[in-house]
Amino acid sequence: MNSTPPTSEGPGSSPESSAEGHAVSPGREPSASQIGVSNAIFYALFVVMGGTYVVLIVGMLIADAAYMTEKTFDGITSEGRSLFSVISHNPIATALADKRIQHSIWLSLISCTMSAVISVMIAIPMGYLISRHEFRGKQLLDAVLDIPIVLPPLVIGLSLLILFQFPPFRWIARDVVYQVPSVVLAQFSVACAFAVRTMKATFDHINPRCEDVAVTLGCSRAQAFGWVLLPEAERGILTAFTLAWARSLGEFGPLLIFSGATRMKTEVLSTSVFLEMNVGDIEAAVAVSFIMVMAAVVVLILTRMIGSDHQAIK
Amino acid sequence: MIQIENLSVQAGDFRIQNVSLTVPSGKYGVLMGKTGSGKTTILETVLGLRSVSLGRIVLGEQDVTTLNPAVRGVGYVPQDGALFSSMTVRDHLDFALMIRKAPKLACQRRVEELAELLGIEHLLDRKPRGLSGGERQRVALGRALSFQPKVLCLDEPLSALDDDTRVRMCELLSDVQKKTGTTTLHVTHNRDEAERLADYLFRIEDGQIQQVRPES
Repeated sequence: MNSTPPTSEGPGSSPESSAEGHAVSPGREPSASQIGVSNAIFYALFVVMGGTYVVLIVGMLIADAAYMTEKTFDGITSEGRSLFSVISHNPIATALADKRIQHSIWLSLISCTMSAVISVMIAIPMGYLISRHEFRGKQLLDAVLDIPIVLPPLVIGLSLLILFQFPPFRWIARDVVYQVPSVVLAQFSVACAFAVRTMKATFDHINPRCEDVAVTLGCSRAQAFGWVLLPEAERGILTAFTLAWARSLGEFGPLLIFSGATRMKTEVLSTSVFLEMNVGDIEAAVAVSFIMVMAAVVVLILTRMIGSDHQAIK
Repeated sequence: MIQIENLSVQAGDFRIQNVSLTVPSGKYGVLMGKTGSGKTTILETVLGLRSVSLGRIVLGEQDVTTLNPAVRGVGYVPQDGALFSSMTVRDHLDFALMIRKAPKLACQRRVEELAELLGIEHLLDRKPRGLSGGERQRVALGRALSFQPKVLCLDEPLSALDDDTRVRMCELLSDVQKKTGTTTLHVTHNRDEAERLADYLFRIEDGQIQQVRPES
């Protein structure tokens, strides 16, 4: 496996020495069957290794669905087989009928959308500056932006709580901490870091010459950005929004510390799962989880659809 | 006229020192040199995309050494065309005029005029995706000429084209330059392209610019 072809010139060998010395053997030609087997093993290994993760993801979703189906049928057999009992004993329907869960869904939708919009609004200028400009402290800034990604979520929540002990944040702490705005702020704190990363990668992939051309055509930097760069970055913006939205939906640690888990007040879907599990209602917890899965899937599909439409127009 | 006088530019670790060249008004100047010789850096300095360490740049009668690229009045055709993927060909030809808030009718006339000059009338409603290399460069040329610049800068505009398209584009460039009378600086590493197009031919080698044609 690790033999060196005799024709290769090792250190110290020279064209003269090989020309004057013994005839150099070109080695054995690789056989087609050996290459074929090697390629098959290579792809089989990669498919198995990569596939394991896919199986895990799909398995989790199927398990959730199977659990709920089982619970639905348990309800039906104990109360008869009418269509009404199927609907009334469906854990999702039961969860959706709960006023607290309804509140949690609405707050989740609103807070995630607000957090994603604010994240994108911050991520576009930040991603642009990091991608296009060299400045002192850029490396440091880059590292700072990674902090929310690598920091334990509970620590982010705690840090936010501590931050609001100091002015000027303290002046508005009463209206923020353990209130609805804290939900958006906690979600934004983490989601924005992902949006910034996405926007930086987006701008990195757009040819900077386009902006240069726009400037030579008479544009100011702002005009070049608005007329040329922003339309080119449309798909990246959409991806950043989706990522920030999905990230916000799944946020839990910072919320628990910074917003509390007060029902009908600061309860979002991830908090609902926690609260239902705490009172031992696994059915409701799984049902809420499934609602979150569906919301995330809908957002992903919509994004893909909008993205592919945009691509088709191009 | 394009006049570069004793120009020194620092581009990262790369440095160009004390180079000069002059392309008289209405002439086609070609700066030829190997990859990494600094010809693109010089072009970018003329465009105002790089700042000058020493020396000066005069375009027409105006010293533009420290002038913002947006007001230099230089048309630019980069190597890859750098077309705007979200715009149609018509939008490209219209863009500089739209920025200058030109009347709609004037924009429309100019677009038609350029499309005819460059033979891209049939492409006006298409987006860059799917255009051939030659078509892309025609659009980029039209966009650069749209605001009737006093100077046109071309950075290896034909390097990505096949031989046949390159010859046709050379003819087009020569034809368009003669019709518009725009003073042009074209940067290339291709000798054949340089010989075909140049009224004034310069060679950059070891950081020095030599005028090859006409002999100085």
